[in-house]
Amino acid sequence: MYWDKAKECMPREDLEQLQLERLQSTLYRVATHVPFYRKKFKELAIDPDGFRSLEELHKLPFTTKDDMRNNYPYGLFAVPLRDVVRLHASSGTTGMATVVGYTKNDLKNWSDMVARILTATGVEADDVVQIAFGYGLFTGGFGLHYGAERVGASVIPISSGNTKRQIQILQDFKTTTLVCTPSYALLLADTMIDMNININALHLKYGLFGGEPWSEEMRTEIKNKLGIIATDNYGLSEVMGPGVAGECSYCNGLHINEDHFIVEVINPETLEPVAPGELGELVFTTITKEAFPVIRYRTRDLARFIPEPCPCGRTFQRMTRVIGRTDDMLIIKGVNVYPLQIESILFDIEGTEPHYQIIVEREGRLDKVTVLVEVVESIFFDQMKKQRQLVEHIKKRLATELGIGVDVKLVEEKTLERFEGKAKRVIDKRKL
Amino acid sequence: MLKIKNLEAGYGKLRVLKRISMHVDSGEIVTIIGANGAGKTTLLYTIAGIIKASAGDIMLLDHPINQTKPEKIVARGCSLVPEGRQVFSTLTVRENLILGGYVQYKKNKVNTDAELQHIYDIFPVLQQRENQLAGTLSGGEQQMLAMGRALMAKPKLIMLDEPSTGLAPLIVKNIFKIIAKLRDAGNTVLLIEQNAKAALAIADRGYVLETGKFILQGPSEDLLINRDVQRAYLGREIAT
Repeated sequence: MYWDKAKECMPREDLEQLQLERLQSTLYRVATHVPFYRKKFKELAIDPDGFRSLEELHKLPFTTKDDMRNNYPYGLFAVPLRDVVRLHASSGTTGMATVVGYTKNDLKNWSDMVARILTATGVEADDVVQIAFGYGLFTGGFGLHYGAERVGASVIPISSGNTKRQIQILQDFKTTTLVCTPSYALLLADTMIDMNININALHLKYGLFGGEPWSEEMRTEIKNKLGIIATDNYGLSEVMGPGVAGECSYCNGLHINEDHFIVEVINPETLEPVAPGELGELVFTTITKEAFPVIRYRTRDLARFIPEPCPCGRTFQRMTRVIGRTDDMLIIKGVNVYPLQIESILFDIEGTEPHYQIIVEREGRLDKVTVLVEVVESIFFDQMKKQRQLVEHIKKRLATELGIGVDVKLVEEKTLERFEGKAKRVIDKRKL
Repeated sequence: MLKIKNLEAGYGKLRVLKRISMHVDSGEIVTIIGANGAGKTTLLYTIAGIIKASAGDIMLLDHPINQTKPEKIVARGCSLVPEGRQVFSTLTVRENLILGGYVQYKKNKVNTDAELQHIYDIFPVLQQRENQLAGTLSGGEQQMLAMGRALMAKPKLIMLDEPSTGLAPLIVKNIFKIIAKLRDAGNTVLLIEQNAKAALAIADRGYVLETGKFILQGPSEDLLINRDVQRAYLGREIAT
């Protein structure tokens, strides 16, 4: 199903023409209205009128989170504040928040983009959408909210937290679509299992999950426990909010809304584009935003392009799920390790729960990694032998796939902290 | 239908259009709004081949037309209704229309009666004035004649340069109604207007031209609520 088939399935050639037109206008507007870009273009001797082809994109300067912080709060806005009808602030996953603004048109486009990803999952006007993302300065709640209203669905703006109440409403309001972080979806599922609630009696059909990296194994687990189509969606407030990209019902990668964004995948060290399909950092340029346009924003999110076309017929570039962030990459004994790699392995192993914590310490001059894993009760209270076998098994799998030795400790079910928003899985105690 | 990439054009050393890109899809009305001197007419004249582009590409139905002569561009299916009508005032209405159909006549060697009747159906007043000298028509009628003349060539893309100029508001309304009807009948229209409100009301998409650059573009309803457009072109200054 499509929300806007003419755009979502447009021929690549027409799309490139549209992108060029919109980028040219955007460059003109940022050069005229945003002192930061005017100065940067001048320093780099870039004539915004001289931009002729999308291939010249790499000549433009990057925008980083630091640039946004240095221009806190309104320095990067391209319209006067009276044209801004909404303000959000980034979730501040790392450090200080940044402020983003939206004009009427920005909100309209944003709603449309979210409507696209909801429709691509299968959500229709008949659906009841429970939005368990935080409402407030974080874009997650409001972004999905307006998109779901645009589709015409019935929206339950329950916001995050209060798991018991979420479950009550999930049952009573006949919720068909759950919107939250994947880790919270699992928490809801597990809580319902504990409460002996018959999940099959729920009306749930779809889940749209985002806000944090998750693995394919986690998707399978959510699908099995909740019996739903679970799609991934991606967005960040610095670029727009949720709805930048989302999966269709094929669940095979996220379609990027390329009529609103130009996306690149670069090597975060050399800053050069990676070969098609290689892992790198996502870089976004907005081409329709009025209030807060960004040129080549470095997201620090790591993903790959999927060059093959999708059977759904959408022509927009697909990307893989975000597998981590350049800044949550752990360098352990000189090896690059992403928490998500550890998660995938743990999910694969019988007897473990999808809850874990990674603790990184430094003993003398050596890095030491300990992975705390929750295991099902039966194993925990069983003989020591079985436990030891499991530990050895996990250690071995981690060592082969990560290339480093890792300590593993089993902990009882439900002893690790649960998260209602973004999960914090890594504790780095090293003082570098 | 029409695709323009990085078009640059001007007069002598004066660069009026600064590398602009735009497109018109078939079956839509696209409007270009902008103040006096923004480069609107220059753009139309460049598409029509009257001014030569100094850089960039113009593709009409996937054919490059940068180097094509104006009359050949008409034959390719792109007609211009110039600003200020410019009808042949000493010829009759009928003669004006027949001249407009010359391209079709030359191609097919058939008479243009059927086409003429088609134009009269769209603009009944022209049939009433059939044998009157064009110079004696009112402004609104002349505008209709100019549009009819362009339509006689059976264009795939019709370009209108400021059709509202010098006309009474009521007549303007009527002319715009006819333009919307032309689109509904399957024509593709590129409309240039200073009267942004009227143009955006009937157009599907719009581009805002300012000193030779497109500073904004998008669906008409988006442009209508854009505060910059409101301030600059819709005469709606918001009190501070």
